Amino acid sequence: MAEPALSIRGLTKVYGNGFHALKGIDLDVEQGDFFALLGPNGAGKSTTLGVVCSLVQKTAGRVSIFGIDIDRDFARAKYHLGVVPQEFNFNQFEKVIDIVLAQAGYYGMPRREALPRAEQLLKDLGLWDKRSGSARMLSGGMKRRLMIARALMHRPKLLILDEPTAGVDIELRRSMWEYMRRINREEGTTIILTTHYLEEAESLCRNVAIINRGEIVRNTSVRELLAELDTETFLLDLARPVEQAPHVEGFEVHRVEGAQLAVVVHRGQRLNDVFAALGEQGIEVVSMRNRANRLEEMFVSMVEQGNGVQRELDTVEVNK
Amino acid sequence: MSPVQIAIALWTLVLKEIKRFTRIWPQTLLPPSITMAMYFIIFGSLIGPRIGEMDGFSYMDFIVPGLIMMAVITNSYSNVASSFFSNKFQRSVEEMMVSPMPNWVILAGFVLGGMARGLGVGAIVTLVSLFFTRINVAHPLLTLGVVVLTAALFSIGGFINALLADKFDDVSIVPTFVLTPLTYLGGVFYSISLLPTFWQNVSLLNPILYMVNVFRHGFLGISDIPVGWALTAIFAFIIVLFAIALWMLERGKGIRS
Repeated sequence: MAEPALSIRGLTKVYGNGFHALKGIDLDVEQGDFFALLGPNGAGKSTTLGVVCSLVQKTAGRVSIFGIDIDRDFARAKYHLGVVPQEFNFNQFEKVIDIVLAQAGYYGMPRREALPRAEQLLKDLGLWDKRSGSARMLSGGMKRRLMIARALMHRPKLLILDEPTAGVDIELRRSMWEYMRRINREEGTTIILTTHYLEEAESLCRNVAIINRGEIVRNTSVRELLAELDTETFLLDLARPVEQAPHVEGFEVHRVEGAQLAVVVHRGQRLNDVFAALGEQGIEVVSMRNRANRLEEMFVSMVEQGNGVQRELDTVEVNK
Repeated sequence: MSPVQIAIALWTLVLKEIKRFTRIWPQTLLPPSITMAMYFIIFGSLIGPRIGEMDGFSYMDFIVPGLIMMAVITNSYSNVASSFFSNKFQRSVEEMMVSPMPNWVILAGFVLGGMARGLGVGAIVTLVSLFFTRINVAHPLLTLGVVVLTAALFSIGGFINALLADKFDDVSIVPTFVLTPLTYLGGVFYSISLLPTFWQNVSLLNPILYMVNVFRHGFLGISDIPVGWALTAIFAFIIVLFAIALWMLERGKGIRS
């Protein structure tokens, strides 16, 4: 069996101020996967990726990239790794082309190879026309695409994207999704993504790990995770406004606006029963959609459960 | 990385550094040239003739090597200090850290970049001095050797300063409060033989005195201190500071959390 693209065992990070950012996490990402690492702010996502990229020093544990232990040969492991960080981390005063060419140089790529590669990537990402301009003149979305182009210059087998579409408009986000799908599908690049847009993870990723308070609380496929979803909330747009939420036996119904209802449907319940009950009360439904994406509901519920348990533990500590 | 890949990485970094200071030449190359021209005019041409000879040479001839060395020291140091700190500040240092480039290549790249600026400014100041005096170099190889070593030493110093710095103020403290006084008191404008014995001995604790004097010896063939001893001291400082800078880089001091 092929080595995992990324294997993490017992990864622990305690910062100088005593903050326990990672509490011995284990994680495997298979080759060719499109993997989401999800978690609320401060959960440990960026610390985990920071250790993998050598930007954060681990306290304990082992990390292997395509079977190469980073403690033994980090330089060789780094050849397989491309990184798109959360914040812009290039010299804003340099030219776009110089930024990507310099990155190729740091990997020892000769200029005769780097130039055509830079041209191809900048064209693919819509930046070729901007190549001679200073990076600070680019829009936020263009800067993000520049970081993707830079990370791909040396043809990494594992691409780490830390919130790659933060602050990017919807149209551009979709085109970036399509590009990421393409390099995952056609070039076989393993992609690990952290994002706050759970729709992004649901749409792009096959597998997911949820991290909270420095621990992996779930590691499974997106499909399995969604199958476990107990409830979904649907928004119903009505033909005419209603004064109050109608009573529908066995369902939780809320009035969102005059002509919109929110219906919570548990697993095993049938939407037809809702429509029938509303029809009997003379309420006509014009259209229907999910209130939020499903993964988001699951994510919020898991994180809230985790925090609840932690709050109880905190209370015990205080009462001692 | 293979030796060829290391050479490509190092050249990339050096070229990037040279591009940086040449792109902003009105901030990096022009001001020291103007400042030194002022020194030549005021101290060399106007006040110098009233001072008379210093160690058997005209005052202008005496101060030229010191002023060139002063330009090399301050520019080598400040180039690396400000460039590496900017990389830290803008987080573009991460580009290098995530790459397979060994730490010694990162250090050498910045040091060579700093040396390029220090020596470049030194060359400009030398050209400016030709408007005021004729330069005769008594020991060309020694002159070249000592100026290259001094540029390397202060570039490494600038790198350590940038690693330790948390804010922009931190990269200006050492040049302002340490380097400038030591340079002015390092025999640029006078021979320490003019000082009382006590202050002569105090001056011998100033490392910049040795560099200025060896450089002046290269130009004029005169020195206040033994040349061989001074060269050994510069070499030793380079090795020790390079080792410290590399150790700090390996530990991620100031750049890894």
